[in-house]
Amino acid sequence: MKSKKLLKYAKAVGFVAYTLFLVFSFLKGFEPGKKMAFDLRYFSLEMAKILPPAFILIGLFEVWVKKETIEKHFGSKSGLRGHIGGILLAGTTVGGLYVAFPVAYSLYRKGADLGVIFTYIAASAICRVPMTIFEASFLGIKFSIIRLSVSIPLVIVSSMLLGKYLTRRGYAIRDGE
Amino acid sequence: MGKRLVPVRSKEGIYRRGKISMYFLYLLLSIALVISFIADRTKTYRAIKIAFKKFTKILPAFAEMLVLVSIILGLVPDSLIVHYLGKSNMFQGVLMASFFGSITLMPGFIAFPLCGILLKKGITYTVISAFTTTLMMVGFVTFPIEKSYFGGKVTVMRNVLSLFIALIVAVMTGIFFGEILP
Repeated sequence: MKSKKLLKYAKAVGFVAYTLFLVFSFLKGFEPGKKMAFDLRYFSLEMAKILPPAFILIGLFEVWVKKETIEKHFGSKSGLRGHIGGILLAGTTVGGLYVAFPVAYSLYRKGADLGVIFTYIAASAICRVPMTIFEASFLGIKFSIIRLSVSIPLVIVSSMLLGKYLTRRGYAIRDGE
Repeated sequence: MGKRLVPVRSKEGIYRRGKISMYFLYLLLSIALVISFIADRTKTYRAIKIAFKKFTKILPAFAEMLVLVSIILGLVPDSLIVHYLGKSNMFQGVLMASFFGSITLMPGFIAFPLCGILLKKGITYTVISAFTTTLMMVGFVTFPIEKSYFGGKVTVMRNVLSLFIALIVAVMTGIFFGEILP
């Protein structure tokens, strides 16, 4: 408990130092500091655009989708089909990992298998459709095909193992605490 | 140092691509909200309330991530990545690329043009693959968020697993492109 409080203080101090550094950079025209501020602004705006709609969709999902539906398609009895479903769901995820985590919790609450959830998380990092199209246009379609066809089986197998191991140990995903 | 290597002009077209998925997201949201509202008003309000609660709960972790991203991108500018990856042999290159890919977070419209530049500089597909795959799968800066949902231990486990997967993908890419002899 004490170390948690200490960490909180350290974070607060770090945050103040960070803010002061950015202000100082602008006053003195320190370029790397200014770049940091621009990156901060860019990513904050991006989050501000993506997160509110993403969370409202998560809210609608929690209210409307029945537990039985998720258990049937993504539950522990869904097998490989569940993992493929997880990949398809991930393909349409906007943003990346940081959107996938809250979605993962909601899936978990509705009875999705842990292994399927880990597949979904990894797939939302590597299989997003718009990103893959964009990648192929810069690095060639061969590159994207190799990347996906090697990583997807590895993701499914490792997620199954990790899911099984954690389920046996009674592991639970938390609601962002 | 510190300058973006990706030309600004070409960004315009790329930005638009990024926006397509954003339009899709907002379109989906509008349709879902309208249908939900017609079907059941109180349920819809409850959904928005849940969304707000979840969002405010995780917001501090997102703030942490934003600060981390800006610091790391400040310390590791694109030019540094190009410099280091260009000067090393393939083994060092893969290790360094996985390191850079793991600690940074970039939107696709910066990351992939950067990879295009790396490719033109003669950097192998193997190294580029290690970079892009770790960039996507291994998240150092997303640690605060992932930890809030999955706990520290599982977050570390997932990221280490992802790092191994990325290394295997890099080696396989090298084999398929004839850069590494099987």
